[in-house]
Amino acid sequence: MSQAINVQSKEKRENKIWPFILSELKPKGKIFTPFNIISAPIMLVGIIIIFLRFWNGIGSVTNLSQDVPWGLWIGFDVVTGVAFAGGAYVLVFLVYILNMEKYKPIVRVTVLNGFLAYLFYSGALLLDLGRPLSIVNVIIGNNFGVSSVLFLVGWHFLLYMLALFLEFSPAIAEWLGARKLRKALSGLTLAAVIFGITLSVLHQSGIGALFLMAKEKIHPLWYNSYMPLMFVVSSVFGGISMVIFEGSISHKVFSDQFEEGSHEKHNSILHGLSKICTGGMFVYLFLLVLIFVHEQNWQYLSTKMGLWFLVEVIGFVLLPMILFYYSYRNKKILWIKVASIMTLVGIILNRMNVSIIAYKWDAVVRYVPDWKEFIVTFTIILIEIWVFRWIIRRMPVLRKSPSWVKDSH
Amino acid sequence: MGINRLNFFKVLGLTGASLAFGKKLNASQEKGKLTGYKKEKEKEFVGVLYDSTRCVGCQECEIVCAKEHGLPEPDPDDYPTTEVVRKSNENRRTVINAYNTSKGEVYAKMQCMHCNEPACGAACLTEAMHKTYEGPVIWRENKCMGCRYCMISCPFDVPKFEYHSTNPEIVKCTMCNERLQEGGIPACVENCPAEALMFGTRKELLKEARKRIVENPDLYYDHIYGEHEAGGAGFLYLSPVPFKEIGFKTNIQNKSYPSLTKGFIGAIAPVDILLPAALLGIYEATKSNKTKTEDEQ
Repeated sequence: MSQAINVQSKEKRENKIWPFILSELKPKGKIFTPFNIISAPIMLVGIIIIFLRFWNGIGSVTNLSQDVPWGLWIGFDVVTGVAFAGGAYVLVFLVYILNMEKYKPIVRVTVLNGFLAYLFYSGALLLDLGRPLSIVNVIIGNNFGVSSVLFLVGWHFLLYMLALFLEFSPAIAEWLGARKLRKALSGLTLAAVIFGITLSVLHQSGIGALFLMAKEKIHPLWYNSYMPLMFVVSSVFGGISMVIFEGSISHKVFSDQFEEGSHEKHNSILHGLSKICTGGMFVYLFLLVLIFVHEQNWQYLSTKMGLWFLVEVIGFVLLPMILFYYSYRNKKILWIKVASIMTLVGIILNRMNVSIIAYKWDAVVRYVPDWKEFIVTFTIILIEIWVFRWIIRRMPVLRKSPSWVKDSH
Repeated sequence: MGINRLNFFKVLGLTGASLAFGKKLNASQEKGKLTGYKKEKEKEFVGVLYDSTRCVGCQECEIVCAKEHGLPEPDPDDYPTTEVVRKSNENRRTVINAYNTSKGEVYAKMQCMHCNEPACGAACLTEAMHKTYEGPVIWRENKCMGCRYCMISCPFDVPKFEYHSTNPEIVKCTMCNERLQEGGIPACVENCPAEALMFGTRKELLKEARKRIVENPDLYYDHIYGEHEAGGAGFLYLSPVPFKEIGFKTNIQNKSYPSLTKGFIGAIAPVDILLPAALLGIYEATKSNKTKTEDEQ
């Protein structure tokens, strides 16, 4: 008898799943919010520009030239964005490998952020490819350029997206109420985490390694053979700073998703993260000084680029590190947030310096991105935020898992 | 969510297998490298020797190059003068420039150097940029995805991109590879009225270049550009003045450019194999801690 009921309810569930998804597609909440009113026109213009890009070629919407083949879309969307998404691998390492339960409440949202970031950055990458359809050559493997750093970055990128999706998938199963599926998917988490971290370490460093062959083109203050290592180390504190920054905003915007008392918990998480940032930045600075002395770069400091280098290193690495340490010692949550924003600016500066500003720094005609490039970049970020919001409002990401889940996230 | 003993052994087995397999793979790569090296020894790459003491700046090479590759006819008003540095672009694969030097006006032809170990070829993830067995570095349309990483990597800034095309191509000198296949020689070499260009194997060309320097030490600056630059190149240059004076990049390293990324690429496979094993080990170690503290509680 009870079995029959079970079967019946199962059928019922299956019959309901598509109407459920359709009903979930409808917007929840107010449509005319200030954010929507500002972001919608930007996205509209951005989509028109993307259309133009495919209609008239990359040159019609960008200021790229024969001398500067990679601009804002690679330098910011991909090179900087990947560092910002580094929080996902650091946090799963803390929670699943080191078993630090404290950080568990934010791991799901961080993984979601990482996944969406990668999804949209690879989208941005496709915009920048002259012949995007040929990307299948790399994937189906009729042409494996295994000696290429970009090949390895691309593959690690792709596989890591899969790992992130697997790490996040239990949330989707909880949303759909698919208990068996959830069980199966959460069984894959550890494997996904282990391979995800490995893939991350390699593609984060790989992005630094991309520029190794541009030896004479990048200013010696930024170019060195340790760029891969520096990119990994900076992705640790860059990623965590993004987690702090994004978490602080989410706590305000999605306050309805949190239980009482989660605010104090979140503050204690931020407090712990500030310690990790301090450590990461200290290691980074230590390596930076070692490289600086080893490469005998004193002579460049008095130049314009040298000053710019000091702005990056002192203003946006050393200073936020001190701030992180100070606010960790004194439990100043506000200052942790300020330090995280400064660190994010520092990461943007560093990645833009390597890929754009210090790239052919002595050229007569310098590359300045076209306004259309900026709009497309904003469009991609905004679409990502819209999708993020859609998911947060529906799936148990910030809020607790449904009651039927035993090992709640 | 946990890992039982069976699973643990499975992972252990997989790791072991990948270690063994990885080693095998390395070995076969090693072998490939060796045979590649042998090939290089057996067969010398072909190349072109350009003697700027003979060049008269007539631009015949530019004209025949455009004709040969279906590029727009060069603008007759755009000729080499010492006032401007002309650059190759998506519409011209080679250019002649004039320079005011310590020995008067000297011309210099620029095009792809056809490096022995090209940075563009190592950068290309679809193998569209390809160093052929004979020597030319060519671009293969059906493979390229237009990422322009070759342009970032090339120390000579040779590859050009059609930014205003919906199906853009990478444009660069191919040493007239099709003509070579049919037993011919590059169009620019064939049509040079001043005999400033000479086609042959690298070995022959280096010999000839050295002979010219020895026979005429006052005329030539004692350096063959391309002999060692970037690990050796297919195009070799002779000049009456130091190469800096005729617009050459003199900060090019003598090691090949792909050698700059070899260390990183070599580290990938070991990290891919060993890091997961290490992470699993840490997980196991900290998990026992966690269960202990839970028991105590």
